[in-house]
Amino acid sequence: MRGASTDVAIIGGGLIGVWTAFFLARRGQRVVLFERDVVGAQSSGTNFGNLRLQGRFPGQYPLALRSHELWEDFEALIGEGCEFARTGHLYCAFDAAEQARLEAYAQVSQQHGVVIERLEQPELRKRFPWLGGRAVAATYSPRDATANPRLATPAVARAARRLGVEIRENARVTAVARHGAGFVVTTADGTELGCGALVNAAGAWAVEMAECFGETAPVFAAGPPQFVTEPLPFVMAPSLQTIDGSVIARQTERGNVILAGYPRTAADAVGNRAPVPPAKTLAAMRALAGLVPALAHGHVIRVWSGIEGYLPDMIPVIGRSETTPWLFHAFGFCGHGFQIGPGVGHYLSDMIVDGADPPPLAPFSIARFRTSATISDKFHKEFDDRPDKGNRALSARPS
Amino acid sequence: MSSIVIVGAGAAGIAAAEVLCAQGHRPVLIDEAERAGGQGYRQPAPDLALDMRRLMGSEAARYEALHRRFAALTERIDYRPRTLVWAVEGGTLHLLREGRAETIEATTLLLATGAMDRIAPMPGWTLPGVFTLGGAQVALKDQGCLIGRRVAFLGSSPLLLLAARQYRQMGGEVAVVADTTGLAAKARALPHLLASPRTLLRGLGYMADTLRAGTPLLHGVTPLAIEGDGHVESLRLRDAAGREHRFACDAVALGYGLKPESQLADLAGASFAYDTDFRLFLPKTDGFGRARPGLYLAGDGVAIGGADAAEASGALAAYAILSDLGKPNDAAAIPLMRRVVRLRRFQRGLARAFAWPVAQIRAQAAETVLCRCESVTIGAVRAAMAQALGPVEVNRVKAMTRCGMGRCQGRVCGPALQEIVAAATARDGAAAGRLRGQAPVKPIALAAAGDIAP
Repeated sequence: MRGASTDVAIIGGGLIGVWTAFFLARRGQRVVLFERDVVGAQSSGTNFGNLRLQGRFPGQYPLALRSHELWEDFEALIGEGCEFARTGHLYCAFDAAEQARLEAYAQVSQQHGVVIERLEQPELRKRFPWLGGRAVAATYSPRDATANPRLATPAVARAARRLGVEIRENARVTAVARHGAGFVVTTADGTELGCGALVNAAGAWAVEMAECFGETAPVFAAGPPQFVTEPLPFVMAPSLQTIDGSVIARQTERGNVILAGYPRTAADAVGNRAPVPPAKTLAAMRALAGLVPALAHGHVIRVWSGIEGYLPDMIPVIGRSETTPWLFHAFGFCGHGFQIGPGVGHYLSDMIVDGADPPPLAPFSIARFRTSATISDKFHKEFDDRPDKGNRALSARPS
Repeated sequence: MSSIVIVGAGAAGIAAAEVLCAQGHRPVLIDEAERAGGQGYRQPAPDLALDMRRLMGSEAARYEALHRRFAALTERIDYRPRTLVWAVEGGTLHLLREGRAETIEATTLLLATGAMDRIAPMPGWTLPGVFTLGGAQVALKDQGCLIGRRVAFLGSSPLLLLAARQYRQMGGEVAVVADTTGLAAKARALPHLLASPRTLLRGLGYMADTLRAGTPLLHGVTPLAIEGDGHVESLRLRDAAGREHRFACDAVALGYGLKPESQLADLAGASFAYDTDFRLFLPKTDGFGRARPGLYLAGDGVAIGGADAAEASGALAAYAILSDLGKPNDAAAIPLMRRVVRLRRFQRGLARAFAWPVAQIRAQAAETVLCRCESVTIGAVRAAMAQALGPVEVNRVKAMTRCGMGRCQGRVCGPALQEIVAAATARDGAAAGRLRGQAPVKPIALAAAGDIAP
């Protein structure tokens, strides 16, 4: 190997990359992490901050539950806090059809040991008197939580660094290539680093890297419209969501209400722009004021979005490459990577160090894109433009 | 016919509307305020018996002329007062009027959004009774109120003397006029200030007035603290000779010059560049006010130049619009451009003379509050930056510390935050970065979006 080398190089300093670095270092690996900007700058730092257990993709529960334990243990594990709060999560339905979908979610959640309470009117109003009249039923998951995404990624990165991980910020990777049994990573300043294993956790930019090794996945860059209000009197303890996606909201301890909602908006990963159309902000304001009337006179002070990678089956790619030994992927988290981030890092480090195939990662192999992928129902509902339009790989098979 | 929308009915916006009307256009003029005039030529409420002629002093004739011209214009424009533009998306402006959201399309957009005070934090600056200098003047001109019975004027600005004079005229007592800029620095700036002899003379006149009135006038002070138990009781400072003084007062007006209200320009896609004299990121335009195709900027919202420059730059931008619509009028535009250049050069001289107190801000103790919306101290910002993998740029500092994340979105603390970040990284203000703008430009109530369709 020419020049400097390390055991594992990670490309991408988002939540996935830093958790993976952290666990690899705990297992004695020498790790270098490359981040084109600064750690946690993209969707890891701009997402809504939900640590939701109920209503997840069924195959994701082993990963999500392990992740939840790690979040609950965050302060002891990482050495500083990230405003983790066990808020509970209230999932609301506006009619009987939506209630039936909630029930289906609830049964899956319960099969995996998640405690779910079912609430109908008038108990729902009695328990959560701030909820407006439109919600007919809800499920409540008390173990669900929230955390501050702006703080979490840098905190994990610092913990990884204390364990010996070398974190290179403002280091844009310009080339990755096979070299002997391992790889050479080249950055924009011309520096080369050899490594035995390579982790592709480059978020919305990950496909570019996968394609260097002859494989791909149909990632679509988009961002949810989000806003935050001024601090308001504290009314809403649980994180709140409607199953139609019009409201995903939570109130921080200091009173600000944060909202994210569907439909998401296509983002420009190359230009690094994630616009928030004002019409969507207004729609979300109406939806929130309708659901929680007490907030109607609160003021929105800022909107934002962030670039996230979505895949047509609405689950991420996690695991070993199909073409290249010692290359590992973790990208396309479809807007729900925050909760599973620690588990991904945990199991991926096992996969790399032990050469094992941890069962919780089984559903997420990139191999599923060798044939045209199943398009999730959610993929159609959660974006304004059907992102598969004009994409032959996706439209080859009707959903 | 293209739809021309002007935002801001101050001197720049009115002058632009006038030029456009004269050429047969009927521009839309949107203004956040109840009455036209902007900040400089603000009018009192109609039922308020306020002697504006006396208050405006040497500027009374201009004040009256501008409002006369505007009155002649109202029938010929689509004037929309009490209307906030809270977002810009392509050619669509998102408005808030009477508590309701609406939109308007603009093929040509002229932003004349004016300026606001720039704040240098110091111990006690968030105590009730502390106002910006602009705020002190708004209270006076808009409502005929004084911010206190005995007011201390502190900062680095020629307007301290003007405001002190207005307060004296209205029966207020002036505890002190204390300028952080030394006399020597002011003398060094004289050559630049000769670019506008009329304004220079006016400034010297205010100084003479102040001395005649027996008001203490100090140059080159170091502010130490605004003190009081729940309300302002005194201002403590050190004079140029190193002696400490305490001035009893019940209000303090802080004036450290102005900063453009450039949030809308940001949302409309203007690019920005750091200006080393003003130590601010300013929107970039050509000599006529073109920021990009279809977007024009005028007045103090693009470069601090004062009311006369605002008026000239508004007219100039209107000529640029006409020219881009196929009706050039160089004979009118060229002299205006020269005038704008000259007046802005004068303000640049003022910005050098009455310097933004960089050293004073950087020397603040850890306990001094930097962001009042979110109660973030300077120490909290320094601590966040000092940690491993800590932020080195204002947007990241904001993400980590909440400084600039509150109701005002960094409009107040932004310039000082930039200096604290620059100091901690030993870099210049340009490298510290610029807080990115996002809608809404000012807070809007959820209820503004209307009700859900049944």
